[in-house]
Amino acid sequence: MKYLYVGMTDEVDRGAARRVAARVEAAFGGPVRELELGSVEFAHDAARGQYASIPVLEMLLRRCPEDARKLLAVTGRDLFIPVLTFVFGHAQLGGKVGVISLARLEQEFYGLAPDREVLLERADKEALHETGHMFGLVHCAERRCAMSLATNIRQIDVKDNAFCPQCAARLRKQIGEQV
Amino acid sequence: MKTHWQILVVDDEEVMCESLAAWLREDGYIVDTAASGREAVEKAHQRDYAIYFVDLKMPGGMDGIETMMQIRKLHAEASIIIITAYATVDTAITAMKEGAQEYIVKPCNPEEISLLVSRIIKVKNLQRENTILRKKLTRQYSVHDVISKNAKMHEILQLAKEVASLPSTVLIQGESGTGKELIARAIHNAGERASKPFVAVSCAALAETLLESELFGHEKGAFTGAAAQKRGKFELADGGTIFLDEIGDISPKLQVDLLRVLQDRTFYRVGGTEEVRVDARVVAATHVNLQQAVAEGRFREDLFYRLNVIEIRLPPLRERREDIPLLASHFLERIARELGRDVSEITEAALGVLMDYNWPGNVRELENAVERAVVTCRGHELTEEHFGFLARAAPAAKAWAVPTGASLQDMEKAVITATLQRTNGNIKESAAILGIDRSTLYEKIKKYEIPR
Repeated sequence: MKYLYVGMTDEVDRGAARRVAARVEAAFGGPVRELELGSVEFAHDAARGQYASIPVLEMLLRRCPEDARKLLAVTGRDLFIPVLTFVFGHAQLGGKVGVISLARLEQEFYGLAPDREVLLERADKEALHETGHMFGLVHCAERRCAMSLATNIRQIDVKDNAFCPQCAARLRKQIGEQV
Repeated sequence: MKTHWQILVVDDEEVMCESLAAWLREDGYIVDTAASGREAVEKAHQRDYAIYFVDLKMPGGMDGIETMMQIRKLHAEASIIIITAYATVDTAITAMKEGAQEYIVKPCNPEEISLLVSRIIKVKNLQRENTILRKKLTRQYSVHDVISKNAKMHEILQLAKEVASLPSTVLIQGESGTGKELIARAIHNAGERASKPFVAVSCAALAETLLESELFGHEKGAFTGAAAQKRGKFELADGGTIFLDEIGDISPKLQVDLLRVLQDRTFYRVGGTEEVRVDARVVAATHVNLQQAVAEGRFREDLFYRLNVIEIRLPPLRERREDIPLLASHFLERIARELGRDVSEITEAALGVLMDYNWPGNVRELENAVERAVVTCRGHELTEEHFGFLARAAPAAKAWAVPTGASLQDMEKAVITATLQRTNGNIKESAAILGIDRSTLYEKIKKYEIPR
């Protein structure tokens, strides 16, 4: 039996991470197991004040349990890849591991009053997006699809908390092939 | 249809290179990487990428600007984006002067790269569409536009290239839909007449008198309705090529007129008294067997030999089945793009249906079948269900009845002959179908004197 794993870093809001786990279970045909990942301080880049996502993915590959189909980590740290100022998440396309960051999904990041429902909804969408990449899905041209590319928070808010019919069909095929 | 565009990321820092490549792959592009300017130029030799991301500072004697200049020599239209961590006005100006399309400073905002790439791809798509439309408009097809891996077709294409610059008449024979006009245009475009007109006339489409006027033109008042002098297709093709399609269908009178043009290069307009001289290369085509028509007295023998100086026989699609997947993919890509549909795959089972079908309408029928399938497809791939109409279109197998009045030996001979025909004379395959060993099959072929 293979499981989808949702990993949680030390600092992440457990309630939000568990909500992500439930969404992943519903969307990808669970069951989902939780995994404590510890700290991601090793990925801290002092010059940028952010966390490099590539070392995080490398750590996830090392920590990935034998019985894992996929491992999606949830962190509260702000992530980046060298060429970009930030990423909302990062996953291996067609691979086993991925990570999403809640840092830029919070209203507070944009100087607004906290709104937990908004945060959880955004986290759901990002979790679908990065897990979709792990199942081989690429970006979708349909703006409302969870697989559409979001380079700012408005684009995440425009998305539905679901895949478009075409991506859903592709996903079913991929899941079928990978089981 | 992003997946058709390829991007090359050039950076000596592996982590930089791979992370940008991975990010672009998530967007559906096919992305290669190169760790140095030299490697990038080598890769550009092998492939023309839609976009090149080139890091400005690279060791090894070839920096980003030099790399860009080398790539530009290979692909003048390449879109090159210079990326650097050290932004100065001077380097930006140098990069733009040397032809960089954009200059970005890393780390950059994801929105910036995303917009940049989609803007360039949009322009590339428009450019490609423009090229296709222009090609369609002028129908300037070349031998490279003929898609085939069939050895016989390759021989034909080679012959087409060889005869392109000769003045000799060419006769192209082949079933409907095998691409006779495409070959005729390819011959025209590969020769010295390419810049002159290519004029196509379908001889089967017009009645005798109309065709005569169409080919040779007419004088004012030559017949009721001839209100002004009109130049015919031969005159319009002067210096170029006239393509006479379905030549086997022309009347005996026109056969005589045509013979005169081929012999003397001169003719009279309908109702005219002035001799008109033209220099038009004649490429004729027919779907009927002209030799048989000659034997039956329906086509003039002297005209046949005048036309048949260089003979090209195009095989039907069923005799080049190995081309079916290639052609189907080509039509799928083109039709999906034209119709704006996101259909990019044909399943193995669907290809099996296409391979099994007999294609009486040849390549044209295959093209139409793919278009029909794309129109009815709701997903991303064509499955066998989308080609269900082919099974319905195929004539039902004739009901087989046990013949009476034939000897067992006659039956055996007939079955072996039919099996050998079906396998194109393949002994191993035929023996397997017949359920006998090869030596027994050889004996029976000899015994019944069956030609192979």
